[in-house]
Amino acid sequence: MREFMDGAEAIVRGAFAAGCNFFAGYPITPATPILLRMLRELPKVNGVGIQGEDEIASIGMCIGAAMTGAKVLTATSGPGMSLYSENIGLAIMGEVPLVIVDVMRQGPATGGATTAAQGDIQFLRWITSGGFPMIVLCPSSLADCFKLTQVAFNLAERFRAPVILATDKEMVGAQQSVDTDTFEKIEIVNRTLAPADAEFVPYQIKKLADTPAFAPIGGPHLTRFTTSMHDERGLLTKKPSNVNKTSRHLAQKLEAHLAELEFAQLDAQPGAQTLIVAYGVTARAMIEAARNARAAGKRVSTLVVQALFPVPEKILCAALTGVARVIVPELNLGQYRLDVERLALALDVRPEVLGVNRVDGELIAPAEIEELIK
Amino acid sequence: METIAWNTVTTYRNLERARLPFCPGCSHALVLDHLNAALVKLQLDPRKTVIVTDIGCVGMSDQFFDVNAFHGLHGRAITYASGIKLANPDLNVIVLIGDGGIGIGGAHLLNAARRNIGVTVLVFNNLNFGMTGGEHSVTTPHGGKTSTTRAGNLERPLDVCATVAVNGAAFVFRGTAFDKDLPDRIAEAIQTPGFALLDIWELCTAYYVPNNLFSRGALLETMQNLGLPAGILQKTDTLELAHTYRAQCASQVGEPTTPPDPIAVKFASALTQPTRIILAGAAGGKVKSTASALAIGAMMSELWATQRDDYPVSVMSGYSVSEVILSRAEIFYTGIEKPDFLAVLTPEGLSQVPRPLRAMDETQTVYVVPELAELIETRARKVVLNLARAPANKKSLAVMAAAAMVRHANLYPLAAFREAISAGQRADIAQENLQAVDASLLIV
Repeated sequence: MREFMDGAEAIVRGAFAAGCNFFAGYPITPATPILLRMLRELPKVNGVGIQGEDEIASIGMCIGAAMTGAKVLTATSGPGMSLYSENIGLAIMGEVPLVIVDVMRQGPATGGATTAAQGDIQFLRWITSGGFPMIVLCPSSLADCFKLTQVAFNLAERFRAPVILATDKEMVGAQQSVDTDTFEKIEIVNRTLAPADAEFVPYQIKKLADTPAFAPIGGPHLTRFTTSMHDERGLLTKKPSNVNKTSRHLAQKLEAHLAELEFAQLDAQPGAQTLIVAYGVTARAMIEAARNARAAGKRVSTLVVQALFPVPEKILCAALTGVARVIVPELNLGQYRLDVERLALALDVRPEVLGVNRVDGELIAPAEIEELIK
Repeated sequence: METIAWNTVTTYRNLERARLPFCPGCSHALVLDHLNAALVKLQLDPRKTVIVTDIGCVGMSDQFFDVNAFHGLHGRAITYASGIKLANPDLNVIVLIGDGGIGIGGAHLLNAARRNIGVTVLVFNNLNFGMTGGEHSVTTPHGGKTSTTRAGNLERPLDVCATVAVNGAAFVFRGTAFDKDLPDRIAEAIQTPGFALLDIWELCTAYYVPNNLFSRGALLETMQNLGLPAGILQKTDTLELAHTYRAQCASQVGEPTTPPDPIAVKFASALTQPTRIILAGAAGGKVKSTASALAIGAMMSELWATQRDDYPVSVMSGYSVSEVILSRAEIFYTGIEKPDFLAVLTPEGLSQVPRPLRAMDETQTVYVVPELAELIETRARKVVLNLARAPANKKSLAVMAAAAMVRHANLYPLAAFREAISAGQRADIAQENLQAVDASLLIV
């Protein structure tokens, strides 16, 4: 079945497929289409959609709702992500399942509201104070918008953590014909609930890498959530052994499960000396560039990175091994290239890493990538 | 879930953590006792009750109660409380916040009152920042000495009660931590369905008291000097937001979300190569809607299509440029460097397309209105839209140009374009646009 839609629609459909029932957001170009559609649709699932007085209130309402058991989504753009930053830290510390869509526009600050960009990437990785891992997914097609939104919800529930879906003005705003039969509905994961009949301790875990069981506010247990450094009961603590345990747990609950967090699509051509690594809207130009290059008899492999962070190092290192040249096209001054270079340096035979970068608001055209393929 | 008889609760305080960490003489302990007394009076189910704390000394308070607890960021307690109430309107949501939190979270206070969201806010108002070193807050009285106003506060204190009252709070009370009726007032606030606030003036024995030789008697005196009344200041029964939202949405529950909107193939196209089209006009000139019809008509003719719109941050003024790609195969890259067809409809549109005009060659076509024809330098074939033959359709220029492209380039049957217009646009606008499609035969 062919439909004509934009990425906002595919993300909204993905959110409902994942069981989303709460949205709060503040209008901002180019993320507003998601706000409008979520507020229009949520009453149908007996959910709640509300426009906050600002971004801080919006994410705050989402976090409060999440702790009653709701599956929550919010959407904004770069300026809003700046305002979300402190509450994203709370969501990490308090272990709040939360999905955030960042529809990137040109920055810094107000920047260009209707201009496509990918300049938030490393900001999203390091968005909290204290320095903890973040999960950042990035769709490169409408089918990806639908699927990765569900994946984002699943990971948020599985790890009780904020998950960012990083997309851009182009992906969300451009309309495309799409065969929606290819939209993949995946198995939905819900947070592990604490058994109703056993004693409950809010942040109790057996191993540092475990995710604590959840008890909603209003459910059978008394529960406690906190933004502050805490022990397993959710009480404030400065005791070094408690602080150490909580800090290491917040990192290890993701880092010990990297295999569950690696999402990328490799299209390897045997004998190719050139690999292109791209994400989001630039991955679409990459696919056309590779198609044209192959039609002209050149050999080239491509890697679409669907989970930007944690960096899918296993997949990336395997793809980087054996090639002479890596091209990383991005609508920024080379942010993800930093991670590709970091991995390339660790290889026995180091490939040359080249960037194709635009920050003038125009898209990177396939021809700009193609001319670097040898 | 089994039913427990909560009506036997004699205290909501956690007995393992009976000792409070506050300074000797700090009023926080007193207010927490009053809150406990109010909860005992109401016999609330602890599982249906949540205390949301802000930051500062008061932020530690949730730990000393056996109800649900949420301890959040500075100034944002009301936002979490609002989310909790919206998601589960049956909960009793109580916010404990200081005068510092009221200052930094002022916008949330105003909006919670305005929305009349059903949360109860206890302001532990000790007139300065107690945890960080006695700095002045938004409620520090004029002349008050603090670590940041050593010569006396020059700022006027915020009237918290009047602020929320004028913005629609359902219950507003001002008093001191020493008021004997405080448990009753807190209970009354919790029982209020809408937004309730108690501004409770306190003594900070670490800072404000020694710095200003302040005392219990001075609390009331200061209120009087500032002209701030005490007691119940507002009581209304306006409708509470979380419940009215549910009521408003009730009739929609169960309807399918985002139902599919398939485009049926009814026509056939002879197009073999990807075709790139740019419509360059002005806001309000039907550029986007025409581009959509162009794309959907193509889809009705079994083609793939993309549409990319560009416009300035303003909405009803400035340029509007839409790019449409049609292809027999799936399209990945949605940008256009070198269009096959470009329609230049207005000066605003022309200003946005110098690069495509330079890139185009003899095999490609520019459609242009007569007044801009001379301004265009391009190697592409230039077709002037002869508007004199269809003056009535001038505001549908984009439609006429697109219809001309569909016919000239044999993109797909014109009937498909017509059907896309009829199917996707409001009847009166579709009528006007279909006339423009007819008129396109005259102007090109």
